[in-house]
Amino acid sequence: MTRITTDTVEQVADLSKLILSDEELAGFQEQLDKIIGYFEVLNSLDTTGVEPLAHPLDLRNVFRQDTVEDSASRKDALANAPDKTDEAYKVPVVIESS
Amino acid sequence: MPDLIELSAGDLHRKLVAGDVTARQIVEHFLDRIEQIDGRIGAFNTVTAEAALDKAADIDARLDKGETVGPLAGVPIALKDNLCTRGVPTTCSSKILEHFVPPYDATVVERLDLADAVLLGKTNLDEFAMGSTTESSAFAPSANPWDLSRVPGGSSGGSAAAVAADLAPLALGSDTGGSIRQPASFCGVTGLKPTYGRVSRYGLIAYASSLDQIGTFSRDPRDAALLLEVIAGHDPRDSTSAREPVPDYATELEKEVAGMKIGLPREYLAEGIALDVEAAVRAAADAYQGLGAEVVDISLPHTEYAVATYYIIGTAEASSNLARFDGIHYGRRADGKMNVDELYSRSRSEGLGDEVKRRIMLGTFALSAGYYDAYYLKALKVRRLIKKDFDDALAGVDCILAPVAPTVAYKQGEMIDDPLSLYLADIYTSATNLAGLPAIAFNAGTGEGGLPIGVQLMGRPFEESGLLRLAHAFRQATDHHLARPNLTED
Repeated sequence: MTRITTDTVEQVADLSKLILSDEELAGFQEQLDKIIGYFEVLNSLDTTGVEPLAHPLDLRNVFRQDTVEDSASRKDALANAPDKTDEAYKVPVVIESS
Repeated sequence: MPDLIELSAGDLHRKLVAGDVTARQIVEHFLDRIEQIDGRIGAFNTVTAEAALDKAADIDARLDKGETVGPLAGVPIALKDNLCTRGVPTTCSSKILEHFVPPYDATVVERLDLADAVLLGKTNLDEFAMGSTTESSAFAPSANPWDLSRVPGGSSGGSAAAVAADLAPLALGSDTGGSIRQPASFCGVTGLKPTYGRVSRYGLIAYASSLDQIGTFSRDPRDAALLLEVIAGHDPRDSTSAREPVPDYATELEKEVAGMKIGLPREYLAEGIALDVEAAVRAAADAYQGLGAEVVDISLPHTEYAVATYYIIGTAEASSNLARFDGIHYGRRADGKMNVDELYSRSRSEGLGDEVKRRIMLGTFALSAGYYDAYYLKALKVRRLIKKDFDDALAGVDCILAPVAPTVAYKQGEMIDDPLSLYLADIYTSATNLAGLPAIAFNAGTGEGGLPIGVQLMGRPFEESGLLRLAHAFRQATDHHLARPNLTED
């Protein structure tokens, strides 16, 4: 049975872009270990030859004409941004100048 | 004038069109009721009183001029706060979206407006629709109108409580693993989860995209039919919405139930179900036999795997959907100077609650290298087997009668530290979403503490009509719906 260690939780938190305090880490480790341990109930089932099902409907590709339509205005798109200029989102520096 | 609060949505609309009442009178009545009662329930995150009165004035003006109005004209409705409403805050009961005001309406919101329904406000939910008590709301828990010390269920707990407390005759919710049916059961109202694809999800803030479906809360199945007819149908903006015709549900609902065949799944009436809930399901089966339907035992052999399958797939999809909350485009951003990676992580860590973090991490784990095959891929295979169980069963019966939740509503705080136990209580509802089937939950009696017990009927894809018909026939033949929560002040 897979044991979920604090190392695993730290890795998963990092992939999830979450920062956990030591207390949170301990709490989540215990809970995730219990929950993922429960997930192993699926291992008692033989699924050899069963096709995975990602979606309940028979999905088909949906095509449409590539026509120009109105989309959200710049003002609307920026309205909820926590930090912005008149025309763009503001973000921290991503590439440092040399 | 009769008490408007007690009228069905259909009757309110008819009285309006007949000139017995104005839209303004109806809306003021419900706004007063919210003002008096909702301090104790906490069903609403936002009440849109001014916009509601404006809409009512518009409807009254058009009626005065002899113009036609929509099929829900004058009927107040509450919306779960994960449905986007242009110019009205849409928070998902999360700190990260606390000040988010969408620049567009969800398709269902557009359709309700065209039908001249009147939006009363936005209702509380478990944060991002993840939970079954409404206690994971970042703002405050909602209370169950039948017993204020109990939870209303969740995640659409605010919508269910609003209808149960007569704060609105109609509400919309979303159901990913039972989030309409379980609160409907806990609050003694009618909750309909349509077939996956029956209702456009455009503008529903996604939790798990292959499982989410918008559905209805109402006092009775007739009002559910009225509301479903307005919101159902294909939408080019949701490519998973179905191109199936929308029947006249209100007419379909009146048809005979004699001769219909109902399956009772033995795995749903096994270990783990409370005695009062089991008794209610069996009594409902007896009632259907009395109405001339045939009830037969059936088997859904993979039932015990449904919860694990649902939580692996649901959290995997959630971990991907919630990656969009990064503190850049909208939502809460962490303060201070930091690099972009820290900005993402700190904004998310400050803005998201524990249950959401738990599910994002579970899903990230199930999708991560080394675990993908053992968890995510395995769950997709079991999903196929679960769907096949339903396909096989529904080849022999018209629908399946089952419990909704193993017990009546919990005490507040009772389950808060035990996520796995809460997850396991989704045993009777989550398989329906994995298979994409329609289901309707409705009150079928009271149990422990005089609290309501719901049962559900699940059907074949796009056969909501049969479910509505059977739920309606049950209500005509029984008097469980006469029991009401008592909200008069002591």
